Amino acid sequence: MEKKEDYILECEGISKAFGGTQALSNVQLHVRRGEVHALLGENGAGKSTLMKTIIGLYKADAGSITFEGKPYSVKGPVEAIAAGISMIHQELNPEPFLSIAESIFLKRENTVGGVLLNKKEQNRRAAEILNKFDFPYGPKTLMQELTLAQVQMIEIIKAVSCDAHLIIMDEPTSSLDSEETEHLFRTIRELKDKGVAIIYISHRMDEIFEICDRVSVFRDGTFVNSCNLGEVTKDELISMMVGRNVANVFPKTDCEIGETVFKVENLTGNGFENISFEVHKGEILGISGLVGSGRSETMRAIFGLDKIKSGSMYLDGKKITNKSPRAAIKKGICMVNEDRKEYGLCLFRSIRENISLPNLPARQRGLLINQKREKKECGEVAKMLTVKAASIEHDGFSLSGGNQQKVVIAKWFMANPKVLILDEPTRGVDVGAKAEIHSLMCEFAAKGMAVIMISSELPEVMGMSDRILIYHEGKLNGEVLREEIVSGVMGQEKILAKEFGGK
Amino acid sequence: MAVKEEKKVLGVDRDKFRMFMGKYGIGVVLFIMIIVISIMEPAFRSAKNFINVATQVSINGMISYGMCLVITTGGIDLSVGAQLALVSCILGQFITNFGVNPFLACLIALLASTAFGFLNGFFVARFNMFPFVVTLSTQLIIRGLAQVISGGNAIPLTSETFQHIYSSKVGPIPLPIVILFVVTVIVYIMLHWTKFGRYIFAVGGNVHAAIASGVSEFWTKVGAYTISGLLAGIAGIIFTAKTSSAQSNIGIGYETDAVAACVLGGTSFAGGVATIPGVVMGIFIIGFIYNGMNLIGIESYYQSMTKGAVIIGAVLLDMVLNRKKG
Repeated sequence: MEKKEDYILECEGISKAFGGTQALSNVQLHVRRGEVHALLGENGAGKSTLMKTIIGLYKADAGSITFEGKPYSVKGPVEAIAAGISMIHQELNPEPFLSIAESIFLKRENTVGGVLLNKKEQNRRAAEILNKFDFPYGPKTLMQELTLAQVQMIEIIKAVSCDAHLIIMDEPTSSLDSEETEHLFRTIRELKDKGVAIIYISHRMDEIFEICDRVSVFRDGTFVNSCNLGEVTKDELISMMVGRNVANVFPKTDCEIGETVFKVENLTGNGFENISFEVHKGEILGISGLVGSGRSETMRAIFGLDKIKSGSMYLDGKKITNKSPRAAIKKGICMVNEDRKEYGLCLFRSIRENISLPNLPARQRGLLINQKREKKECGEVAKMLTVKAASIEHDGFSLSGGNQQKVVIAKWFMANPKVLILDEPTRGVDVGAKAEIHSLMCEFAAKGMAVIMISSELPEVMGMSDRILIYHEGKLNGEVLREEIVSGVMGQEKILAKEFGGK
Repeated sequence: MAVKEEKKVLGVDRDKFRMFMGKYGIGVVLFIMIIVISIMEPAFRSAKNFINVATQVSINGMISYGMCLVITTGGIDLSVGAQLALVSCILGQFITNFGVNPFLACLIALLASTAFGFLNGFFVARFNMFPFVVTLSTQLIIRGLAQVISGGNAIPLTSETFQHIYSSKVGPIPLPIVILFVVTVIVYIMLHWTKFGRYIFAVGGNVHAAIASGVSEFWTKVGAYTISGLLAGIAGIIFTAKTSSAQSNIGIGYETDAVAACVLGGTSFAGGVATIPGVVMGIFIIGFIYNGMNLIGIESYYQSMTKGAVIIGAVLLDMVLNRKKG
């Protein structure tokens, strides 16, 4: 055992229950000064609950927290920041019309006599900090002009300027591309050298091995183990998380690939041009590329969410146009959007209502909904997709991210489409649910659907696809066949090189 | 593992208690109100008085259902009060001055209010304008039109056939209550048992998700506002039959009572959450506030103040019980 002073944060015996659910039971977490400490666990394992307890959003039912050797207890994030703990949330909500300087000094503005803002001084100080981080914009730039990665960087800069000794990062890379991720990692290393400790929550194993020093694993609200990352393997961590060995990470089964179902020719729209491809019955077509390379934009346009400028689409050999998602769904083209919160569910409504929403026209009895049939079929689909909820009458809010995603997939599964487009189907989803979604994709393909999957995770694209299309700056830059991956002709590096524009 | 704590309230499991109160809390408020007023004023308890209240609330009830649909799509309809005036003036002009058959006149009036409802929906859905702004403006247009039609004067309505809409009875039950009952059942079925109702919830709950699920935002919103116009029209007919006089200055502030009934009944201003049984209870709470205070003999100035206080209190109670945002 190390001496006590080595730890900047010690959580002991923390328990927290919500209603009847025990979210945390007697967990511990020890973080050392100047280390990057990974927190690993499936969705619902209790990671977020513990973090929210640390920054004072929740009050623990039992247990104690020691920060920098002193007992620590705060009533909310503001007090936590004052004590030296900042959290960078997964979903960033910047105020679009604030300037960078105003964002950084929000709620601790420079004032003259406590009333009037001293903008000049504030901008000067902000510029100083921004310079230190080599930030490409000045303090007067509005937040709305920044990319998501830059907004996140501002959050980090803000935390550092508040003199945070511990920064909690919740899935910081979930919406970053590889280049932005690299930049984030550089910043993390710099912070580490300055003695700042970081708690790093992520589902991406490779990142954890790259950037973190130690890891604590949680499962079902309990603490499993802490260890140095040099001493464990990926498989060991996964089995700690799920309590079982996940034998096959990608359950891709080979199914018979039939005739062409859907074809696009020279499709051009906002963010993509001259895209041509076809997808066959029973095929899983992977789409790879950097964030912003036009992958999602193409699919959104095909689904009727965005406009197509030119080009044509063919379904079963017939030329079609999709003016709205309604038209696309009618023809049998469905899409699981990458933005689950915005395009996925009506969170206030029940699981049943969400699943049946696009499927109501086919389930009418006269003017009314055939509620008996709706209940039965939704229950069956939810069960088949192993949506974890006490009943399908519960609302979307009560579900974890992975289960919300399963509900979204369930509604399209019920629609039984010819072409199913999945945009980042496993983003922010825990390991168990991820494997289940992967098997579902195989089942869909086996049923004869044509599946199109966009993913930013190369191992996922490579593990699941029969064929991969690679995007670079709005254009297709190559196609890779499954044989080439299995035989090892095309490796991860080569695909990545194509994503960056290489041949 | 820590032992799951069993917390009890009034001998019932706390979670179950909270779920019960979440669903029926407003009903409990209504029940307590009835008991309290009954103790203070025995005349309140009579069947005659209850029928009286139900007849009075039929007008606000009709408006409230339309308002409920519109609020559930994430909007608001401020034009309903003016719609009452327009319908009234059309009826007066056509029946008294033109001698048109009362039923035909009612049909014309309903067409007009429905058309304005459609117009509200069209502006909101097609141009993505704020419902508050659209209906605030059309309200002025509609009331102005009512004044033009009536020439600013009250037109007496002496047609007995027309007056019967308010005064005739089915057995012991006045016709307005029967109409309210029928409309309640229809609106209930529409919101809870049809595709259109689901689309209203979906558009109000998460418009992007609704569109991505193949729901037409345009037709759903237009539908809700159009129905609100139609129901305001029916309310206008009942109101005019009650007063036997067509006036362009009626219905002022009626949107407030309708919104109040919706909010009391658990309709969320954020959209996507509402139940018709809830709104029914909201309508009756508002009715009992007026009626109870009239019986007890409280001046109308204080009635208005009490109404405001009761609404804030009831919504606050509902939020505490449900632990949700209003």
